[in-house]
Amino acid sequence: MSWEVFIDALAWLFVLSGSFFLFIGSLGMVRLKDFWARIHAASIIDSAGAGLLLFGMMLGTGFSLITVKLVLIVLFLAITGPTASHAVVNAAFSIGSRPKDLLEDATEGVVELPEWMQQKSEKPEVVTKRKKASGAKKPTTRNRKPAAKKGTK
Amino acid sequence: MFAFATAAISVCMILLMIRLFAGPTLYDRVAALNQFGTCTVLFIGACGLAFGRPDFLDIALLYALINFVGTIAVLKFFRYRRLGDEPEEIEMIVDTSEDEADVEASEGAKA
Repeated sequence: MSWEVFIDALAWLFVLSGSFFLFIGSLGMVRLKDFWARIHAASIIDSAGAGLLLFGMMLGTGFSLITVKLVLIVLFLAITGPTASHAVVNAAFSIGSRPKDLLEDATEGVVELPEWMQQKSEKPEVVTKRKKASGAKKPTTRNRKPAAKKGTK
Repeated sequence: MFAFATAAISVCMILLMIRLFAGPTLYDRVAALNQFGTCTVLFIGACGLAFGRPDFLDIALLYALINFVGTIAVLKFFRYRRLGDEPEEIEMIVDTSEDEADVEASEGAKA
């Protein structure tokens, strides 16, 4: 078994496993029932699927400038993928979305939720706040917390 | 090999498209859109290698960056209803009960 055949077989292996993880991840995006479950499948696509596929491409093309570009793509995806997933989850959490099963378990008393996990309202309201033109004391959303703390002192 | 990868990525893009259109909440859609962008990056790269034009990898690299910025921009827009500018009248999705309690507490402390 020569070296080139070995590298080719390895590239096939990586591409096949990468495609497998990609398929599993996208199938999970369709089939899972909750946003909080689906985001796990999304992360599989981002990390395992993309990483293995790009590594397989690296092995398949041989060492050249293409490899450098592929390494750059892997680096960017490795940085931006989890960051974007975290941003999506953070936005969903701050709007009041919680895992359904967890809330059901909490109402049945199976688990006890810590305070930061508890849902504030069923459906968060969209409220229009207007800042008064003459610099009134109504705190804006951005410096809301520090202003409130100053008031309590 | 690259043709197979292209076909597999296409199947995944179709599956993600289902979630993108069916997603019940905004965040399902945004997550699906983000993964769709990742799949697009892979698709451009695999397609370029399959057709013997590896220059496509530059486009894939660019798309990887734009995809991230686009996701963050969409999230920021739907949270603050604006992108970067600071208008006089601001609109934001806030929890009013906590806010009013804060204001009342500060007023009570002053009095």
